[in-house]
Amino acid sequence: MSSDNDYSDEDVDYVFDDDDMGIEDEDSDGDDGMDMDDFKIVPKTTRKAWEIEYTSLAQFAVEKLMADDVEHICGILGVDNSTASLLLRYMSWNKESLIEKYMDNANKMLVLAGAAVPEPEPPRPSRRPPSRKPKSPPKDTFVCSICFDDSPDLISLALDCGHASCSGCWSAYITSKIRDEAEHSCRCMAENCALVAPDAFVRAQVDEETCERFEGLLVRHFVSCAPHLKFCPYPACTNTVSCPAAASKSSLTTVVPTVSCGARGIGSSSGSMTQSQELVKQATGKEHKFCFGCIIDTDHRPVVCAVALLWLKKCRDDSETANWIKSNTKECPKCMSTIEKNGGCNHMTCKKCKHEFCWVCMGPWTEHGTAWYSCNRYDEKGGIDARDQQSKSRASLERYLHYYNRWANHEQSAKLALDLFAKTEKKMEEMQITSTLTWIEVQFMKKAVEELDKCRMTLKWTYAMAYYLAKGNQKDLFEDNQRDLERAVEDLAELLEAPIEPENIPTLRQKVTDKAVYVQKRNEIVLEDTADGFLEGRWSWNAAVDGFDPPQEMAL
Amino acid sequence: MALKRINKELIDLGRDPPSSCSAGPTGDNMFQWQATIMGPGESPYAGGVFFLSISFPVDYPFKPPKVSFTTKIYHPNINANGSICLDILRDQWSPALTISKVLLSICSMLTDPNPDDPLVPDIAHLYKTDRTRYEATAREWTRKYAM
Repeated sequence: MSSDNDYSDEDVDYVFDDDDMGIEDEDSDGDDGMDMDDFKIVPKTTRKAWEIEYTSLAQFAVEKLMADDVEHICGILGVDNSTASLLLRYMSWNKESLIEKYMDNANKMLVLAGAAVPEPEPPRPSRRPPSRKPKSPPKDTFVCSICFDDSPDLISLALDCGHASCSGCWSAYITSKIRDEAEHSCRCMAENCALVAPDAFVRAQVDEETCERFEGLLVRHFVSCAPHLKFCPYPACTNTVSCPAAASKSSLTTVVPTVSCGARGIGSSSGSMTQSQELVKQATGKEHKFCFGCIIDTDHRPVVCAVALLWLKKCRDDSETANWIKSNTKECPKCMSTIEKNGGCNHMTCKKCKHEFCWVCMGPWTEHGTAWYSCNRYDEKGGIDARDQQSKSRASLERYLHYYNRWANHEQSAKLALDLFAKTEKKMEEMQITSTLTWIEVQFMKKAVEELDKCRMTLKWTYAMAYYLAKGNQKDLFEDNQRDLERAVEDLAELLEAPIEPENIPTLRQKVTDKAVYVQKRNEIVLEDTADGFLEGRWSWNAAVDGFDPPQEMAL
Repeated sequence: MALKRINKELIDLGRDPPSSCSAGPTGDNMFQWQATIMGPGESPYAGGVFFLSISFPVDYPFKPPKVSFTTKIYHPNINANGSICLDILRDQWSPALTISKVLLSICSMLTDPNPDDPLVPDIAHLYKTDRTRYEATAREWTRKYAM
């Protein structure tokens, strides 16, 4: 990005006379830069191994980036702002490719982008913004071709193509495009005319709210085209995060790009909130944390995106089914088809391989001889072999359920964290009454709960990671770290749940504070070790994971 | 605004009706129309009269009208509910288009189905692989439902 900005300072010769457009060019104001800095999250000087460098940008900061790009193109191609914007949007904001193609065939590009009408009027890259010819309608001759209104005070408007209709129709048309269809390029209303209304024309036709929506759509389009930018996924949030370190897909095998747009809470971002409501939201709301690399809108550290997604998919597909299969079925000892016995005797015949076996001992039916319906031959060799086979196939299911249940347990606990927050606040109030501690001094409880929540999140995802980690020393070490963290977390949770007795408060405070610090440390160890592991390529998986080497052996 | 435009279209249709179609409101509600299309002579739909229902959205002409067949028809781009897969009724709609132009487009779609963008894949497949059988079925349906 920085190399592109170099051009913006150059004295480019473009003329943009917006006087007759009746709009203001807000983007070129100088005071934007100052505000922008306020929104930047200052990168911590000592960045931990599991953290990633990123910047949070407010909407106007992204608009500034867009304006820079537009100006850059204006300077190089010698077109006006509106045309440059249309060209860039058509080329998905790929400046290099745009310049190359424009140099190749300027007219073709202009027509494709909807910035000029095709032959027979060979358009010179026009320097003038498209005309908004308020033809004073010559005595009752102008009839709007869209609404068929013919009142004398009708204002006729047309883009460069000359397809005129009244201003009311234009405004209704563009408003419906923007508001109902979330479309940022509004083509001329005429049939088969591909000319796109320039930004200035659009802004002039719609009310303020729609105009805001339009700017939002442009920003979203710009952000979706830039791999190093991502729009905050939280509802009603308009911030964007820039994270060049996680822009390429290959980087996602070494880092987990958890970012935050800096905002907190959920609610409308502008206007309808009073200042105090806004402050409350900022203070109590959940931070807008999300993963830059994938669609998961929480912090899924320590596990990388590909594995996290693999796990989520498996859970969505499998967990309930697996539970049911485990409790209701057995596998055919020969072909391993899963069989549900829903009636009849114990003499089973596999529908698939026609193998006959006993449902009780799983041994082949022939060995039962004439002892029909009474299976007393537990030690029969065939039976033992069959049960071995069976247990092997069960093992993989058991293994999955082991990880899934722990994962789900932490997720459940994290969901209950809100309750815990409320309970803790009550306890804190109680403490203030029953002891001499001040509000500041009882904050340790809140901090401990926050820490607990954070660690549960980490723990949750360590189970997804452990499920896919290939067996070996590395996995053992990982699980040791996981166990230490889990034990510490459960200890802390127990302390926080304990009833408060006035005489114990000082000791409790000491204990909780100590434990919280310890938990935090264990959490950092897990995060750091896994992050380092990804950088060193230390982890290997027992399943095929995007971007990693294929698994060496399928040992579970 | 929509009403004025719809009225104007109705007048134009009366003054200069397209050759093989007609359209007009079903009752007092100007936003609810019925249209008829005569099966084009050079198609297997020849001789059939097909009824369509047209309902105008309140923000017509900025949104396309909803047009669907009420007569059963065997066609790759029209399904059993009578829904029509036609670009100008969706994303390629332009406020400058009129009902008359839409009906003409549907007429030409009857003559030249678009099997590469089918609504009913089975019919499209048959259209591409066994044209005679497709035509026979279409004729059969026309005789059964549209005559």
